[in-house]
Amino acid sequence: MMTQLASITLMRNDDARPIIDAIMADNPDVCVLNMPGAVKLDCDGRLRVNRASVEERMGRAWSPQEIQLVLVSMAGNLEEDDDQFTLSWHK
Amino acid sequence: MTAKKLSLKQRYEFLTRDLDWEPSYQSADDIYPYDKFEGIKIKDWSGWEDPFRLTMDSYWKFQAEKERKLYAVIDAFAQNNGQTGVSDGRYINVLKVFLTGISPEEYQAHRGFAFTGRHLRGAGTRVACQMQSLDELRHVQTQIHTISHYNKYFDGMSEFPIQHDRVFYLSVPKSFFDDARTAGPFEFMVAVGFAFEYVLTNLLFVPFMSGAAYNGDMSTVTFGFSAQSDESRHMTLGIEVIKFLLEQHPDNLPIVQRWVDKWFWRGFRLLGIVAAMMDYMLPKKVMSWKEAWDIYFVEAGGALFQDLARYGLKMPKYADIATEAGEHISHQNWGLFYQLCHVAGFHAWMPDAEHLDWLSAKYPNTFDKYYRPRFEMWAKQEKEGKRFFFNGLPQLCSCCQLPMLYTEPGDPTKTCFRSSVFKGTRYHFCSDGCKDIFDGEPEKYVQSWLPVNQIFQGNCGGATVPEVLDWYKINVGVDNGDYVGSPDEALWNAWTAQRFSEAS
Repeated sequence: MMTQLASITLMRNDDARPIIDAIMADNPDVCVLNMPGAVKLDCDGRLRVNRASVEERMGRAWSPQEIQLVLVSMAGNLEEDDDQFTLSWHK
Repeated sequence: MTAKKLSLKQRYEFLTRDLDWEPSYQSADDIYPYDKFEGIKIKDWSGWEDPFRLTMDSYWKFQAEKERKLYAVIDAFAQNNGQTGVSDGRYINVLKVFLTGISPEEYQAHRGFAFTGRHLRGAGTRVACQMQSLDELRHVQTQIHTISHYNKYFDGMSEFPIQHDRVFYLSVPKSFFDDARTAGPFEFMVAVGFAFEYVLTNLLFVPFMSGAAYNGDMSTVTFGFSAQSDESRHMTLGIEVIKFLLEQHPDNLPIVQRWVDKWFWRGFRLLGIVAAMMDYMLPKKVMSWKEAWDIYFVEAGGALFQDLARYGLKMPKYADIATEAGEHISHQNWGLFYQLCHVAGFHAWMPDAEHLDWLSAKYPNTFDKYYRPRFEMWAKQEKEGKRFFFNGLPQLCSCCQLPMLYTEPGDPTKTCFRSSVFKGTRYHFCSDGCKDIFDGEPEKYVQSWLPVNQIFQGNCGGATVPEVLDWYKINVGVDNGDYVGSPDEALWNAWTAQRFSEAS
């Protein structure tokens, strides 16, 4: 079986930076592909964005729904609630 | 006392379940007459879930914020004469192809999702389709607004709605959406939501818009990524519709598989135009079409279909043929544009030496062997004053409507021809993929408006090339032909010269 990458692509701008940093901190196996204007973050099987981690870096309250303002693309089944935004493939 | 704030899940539940009602003085089948004839069986509409759980208040809030950001950029771009700062005047041609070939499809997607949003009886599905319908309208509007600034300076953009209905290569995207919109609501959802949005749209919006960023086109990258932020929601809708249909009834599987096979192939053919844009029209390159295909189809599509295998859904038929063609398709399409740009609404050119070397490096298996000699020959003919144009009318595929220019799988030196006979008439196809689609619904495809056939039937302004171009609203000597020697090039050279003079 080939690797199933759970993946998120975010704009490369000031609004997205704390989210990118939080993903890199919370998903240690993350692989980063830099493109002009955007960044693609890939994890094997599962990628999680935690509200608390983003808020810590952003310095204000943040809802996982706000990710839509800087989201470019994603791959994986989405599970979202008030505390997290997770992409994963069924194992 | 303050009421406790509802959770995301509760808010979505209230919107998509509690706001719906059972009709009492009309039957549900009379209200929703189109959601059964395709043979899809739905046992429980409440099985539908939107993982974004977007409610109307959040939708309007986020979309308004996206619009504010986008229009601030468009305004700044215009105020600062951003058009003079793109990488090269050739770059503008990608915007011409985008505005004439892609933006009108955003409008078709808007109409299509408005229809499905009205005609599917599940409340959650209707809400998701309604939001997507509004998104698509936003996309076409923001694209027209953004590109209208370039229209003040460059040629080939002003007649885009009429050209979309008439010009030969624009019938490729047009027929794709005509086909989807004349299907039933579930097929439309699988065609546009799944095959196009989930499996293929990344190839259009991610590397291509990143390319716009790299080529200094701040306004286009902003509308591109602003639209793409909606696409993530659309992709999720696409994958949800597949899971929903496959979970509802086992009889749905063969129907869905047939749609996935069909729309994957149609989308692959359509995106061949984007392949040529990425490999040949971006002066500064981000990644090759082949690299984008490997990331976004082989890798991401592979993960997706591995996931969907638990429902029995297989990789689209001919996915392997499409991946092999990834080594060829951009070169073959650019060769087509080069030979036919005298009858097109944008400019073409032969790649320079540095560009040829980039293509050799990106396509080590095919470029030097099959395409470099052809392009070097055309460049030599140009130098000798014998610029080659194809002066006939190309035979078109009766399914995808592209000229019959593609090669046999496994043999890039042999043109691929397929045909089928239906009610005594022979129809021609560029590939097994297109032939299969026709053979599945011949009654539908015999009605195709094939631009070349229509010219021969006298329905396109006249019998001569100037008459047809006039009917196409292509301004001869201005909008068409080579970039070198065009008014666009003269304007660009004047701007370049001004960079070294004082502001007046």
